[in-house]
Amino acid sequence: MVNFIIDGKKISAEKGTMVLEAARANGIDIPTLCAHEAVSRSGACRLCVVEMKKGKRAKIVTSCLYPVEEGIIIETKNERVMNVRRLVLQLLMARCPESDVIRDLASQLGVDAQPRFAADEDKSKCILCRSCVRVCEEVVGVSAIGFSCRGADKAVSTPFNEDSAVCIGCGACAFICPTGHIEMETTEETRKIWGRTFKMKTCDVCGRYFAPEDQLKYISKKTGVPLKELAVCTNCR
Amino acid sequence: MKKISTLDDLKKAGDKGLKSLFPGSVKIVVGMATSGIASGAREVYEALSAEIKKRKLPYILTGTGSMGMDFIEPLVDVIEKDKPRLSYGKMTIDKVPQLIDQIVKGTIDKIKPIYRVDEEDIIAKKEKKQYLKGALPEYLREIPAMYDIPFYKKQVKIATRNCGIIDPENIEEYIARGGYLAAQKALTSLSPESIVEDVIKSGLRGRGGGGFLTGVKWQSCVAAKGDIKYVICNGDEGDPGAYMDRSVMEGDPHSVLEGMIIGAYAIGAQEGYIYVRNEYPLAVANLTKAISDARSRGLLGKNIFGSNFNFDLKIGKGAGAFVCGESTALMASLEGKAGEPRAKYVHTVEHGLWDRPTNLNNVETWANVPVIVARSGKWFSEIGVPHSTGTKVFSLVGKINNIGLVEVPMGIPLKDIIYDIGGGIPGGKKFKAVQTGGPSGGCIPAKMMDLSVDFDALWEAGSMMGSGGMIVMDEKTCMVDLARYFIEFLASESCGKCTPCREGVRRMNDILHDICAGHGQEGDVEMLESMAQGIVDGSLCALGGSAPNPVLSTIKYFREEYDAHIKQKHCPAGVCRALIRYEIAAKKCTGCGVCAKKCPSECISGEKKKAHKIDQKKCIKCGICMESCKFDAITVK
Ligand SMILES: Cc1cc2nc3c(=O)[nH]c(=O)nc-3n(C[C@H](O)[C@H](O)[C@H](O)COP(=O)(O)O)c2cc1C
Ligand code: SF4
Ligand code: SF4
Ligand code: FES
Repeated sequence: MVNFIIDGKKISAEKGTMVLEAARANGIDIPTLCAHEAVSRSGACRLCVVEMKKGKRAKIVTSCLYPVEEGIIIETKNERVMNVRRLVLQLLMARCPESDVIRDLASQLGVDAQPRFAADEDKSKCILCRSCVRVCEEVVGVSAIGFSCRGADKAVSTPFNEDSAVCIGCGACAFICPTGHIEMETTEETRKIWGRTFKMKTCDVCGRYFAPEDQLKYISKKTGVPLKELAVCTNCR
Repeated sequence: MKKISTLDDLKKAGDKGLKSLFPGSVKIVVGMATSGIASGAREVYEALSAEIKKRKLPYILTGTGSMGMDFIEPLVDVIEKDKPRLSYGKMTIDKVPQLIDQIVKGTIDKIKPIYRVDEEDIIAKKEKKQYLKGALPEYLREIPAMYDIPFYKKQVKIATRNCGIIDPENIEEYIARGGYLAAQKALTSLSPESIVEDVIKSGLRGRGGGGFLTGVKWQSCVAAKGDIKYVICNGDEGDPGAYMDRSVMEGDPHSVLEGMIIGAYAIGAQEGYIYVRNEYPLAVANLTKAISDARSRGLLGKNIFGSNFNFDLKIGKGAGAFVCGESTALMASLEGKAGEPRAKYVHTVEHGLWDRPTNLNNVETWANVPVIVARSGKWFSEIGVPHSTGTKVFSLVGKINNIGLVEVPMGIPLKDIIYDIGGGIPGGKKFKAVQTGGPSGGCIPAKMMDLSVDFDALWEAGSMMGSGGMIVMDEKTCMVDLARYFIEFLASESCGKCTPCREGVRRMNDILHDICAGHGQEGDVEMLESMAQGIVDGSLCALGGSAPNPVLSTIKYFREEYDAHIKQKHCPAGVCRALIRYEIAAKKCTGCGVCAKKCPSECISGEKKKAHKIDQKKCIKCGICMESCKFDAITVK
């Protein structure tokens, strides 16, 4: 076990635990936007930063990626930390003025919009948290989406913004997106996502539409389970 | 080619190299680095070749790298038996026949050499080798010796020891100047531990920007668990205006190879990569040739120098993104992934390239290693100042007379670089500041001219060593505009992964644009400072972590210029177009009408021989009128 202090509280956790988890397990809240439990961590949003003191040196670290160390002293809410969080939220509010998720989070933390930052009109609600790209790669395993460009022009898209041949229409990206940026439209028979329209399959038992055909085919191919056995929705299984 | 596996083989190859460096007949050497080629070295080379052929002279003609004197390139050296090596600057095709005439006649009456070299200092061998035998001929007395001219006087060449002297494509010339002796010594008689210890003792700090102790980095890579380890050379060099690493890779590629061989042996790596940007085709070509020559001589490959150490090198090419010079982004790029940094809480010396222990060093860092091993860490540590030992190569650009590459001992006063080596500011203007450390470095004002140029002093002054770019500014530079220029560059080079850098730097850029355009608001400076703190603290990698530096340092030293822009809507240096006006002083104007003719917006009018006027509404603030006035009647306010 590793012993350390967070916000004045003596805490011990297993080696390898991240500061974020150690804090949360002890009732200390640290806001996050990109550390989704389903995917690996990238440290992209920078909302979860905390100050870490080791000996005389105090520096800002990313709590979702920083493993606990013996004797470190963490502060999760001091002015230096709040300055970063405030900036991150103000920048994201300016980037995504329509995102209520960001606006609500900001107001929870008492952060007002910065009038000096002109609101972007072209970024919609994407905060570039990377969760969608990671879930598609790491969980679904198809890597249908990725990033294009760099800097402020960076955006999530299918390669060259063309219809993706490998997308199976599962919608994992849309489900994981914290701000609802990814548009997915599901009617009875079809699902539209990333510019493609997928045919939905009906359940062999109840007859209700429940999943895109491409997704079932992909699962069958990957797991070796015959397609027929997959043609039953979770309710009827 | 004959393999080199013993000291004796090395000596033999070196003897051949000496013969070509100090030939018994006339040899003409043209500086053919990128800087030379840009000023016409290739044409000069071809003209020399044609002239020699035409006159059927038995002269040898070769190319070399850069001596660093960009302001007098193309540079041509003439070596004659028993005479000093003579360097001719600003060579042109027209001067070629005259030069050949002079050599034939043994005079220097038509074109004068800039300097002469009587003996060559072979630093890796602690030897001197004479060009001049006997007394200096009478007609050469007026030519200064190389180290007597101000540009070289305070320079000490370790990393660039061979640049501009050897033919980079000739491995034997490299060997002749002590090359591969250190590798031979290391592999056959030194233990890896003792090499690491000696590099620690040398005090060598990384020349790529961070200034981390090289030996200590090696030691952690030695300690990292893993059978397969890598060494990497960072030749990305993305700082605009910086080209020290290019110069070493072009002019002395084997020095990098040898450093990496020694480092790999010390660390226990079997494979290495040299990461070079695609925009450096000559560096890629010379490194490729060097690797292939080293391999065919057995200096790369299996059982180097008869030891049981195996090592080989590959070149990885980058697409030229500034961020790809950052160590973790570079490794991602080498793996074929997007060049984005990752958080470094897991160190690359333990989990680097392909998750294996990896030691990455900068080009200049590697190039220093052979000399340290040859001459000892103690010898190196005595050059420079206590916590910044050895030398540093700087590229001196901007408003300075002697534009070029210089290698100086650490701790040299800034003013020595600007005035003695750099020759001061052109056009009689006043020196205002120097930006060190590249785009994310900081500005050091003229009043701090005595500053010792070393890692710690530069850091304390709010700037940094960085990789060694030095951009000199004169009084006509607006510091707000300058900060805006660097921030704009950094905003466009941000990889976009993390919020503070991707979003924050461009918002700082917006505010700086506003200030320069006359839309600055009260409180903007404080706002910039607080954003800077958040970006420095909050960014994932050092690009964002250092991006606000140019703003912070210009606020620190030139706060009054920010205030003038914001409060008085005035640009004191007369640069920001929205805040200046050109005016004609009626008293000085002779009414010659030149300005009116030159003005692209046709907004100057007046009768002949009477004072002219500028229509401020139509003026586009290009400043052409002011340049064209012979009577200094036009001023900018
Ligand atoms: C944005 C950014 C760009 C960098 N570019 C370079 C570069 O072009 N060359 C270089 O050697 N180091 C560069 N560095 C520093 C490297 O990350 C690394 O510290 C260095 O190469 C290590 O070598 P050294 O210890 O020999 O200096 C850069 C760092 C950052 C953050
Ligand atoms: S689309 Fe959503 S999940 Fe994907 S990066 Fe943007 S905000 Fe994150
Ligand atoms: S600091 Fe800038 S360059 Fe570095 S990871 Fe963040 S966005 Fe990319
Ligand atoms: S939650 Fe840690 S960086 Fe986004």
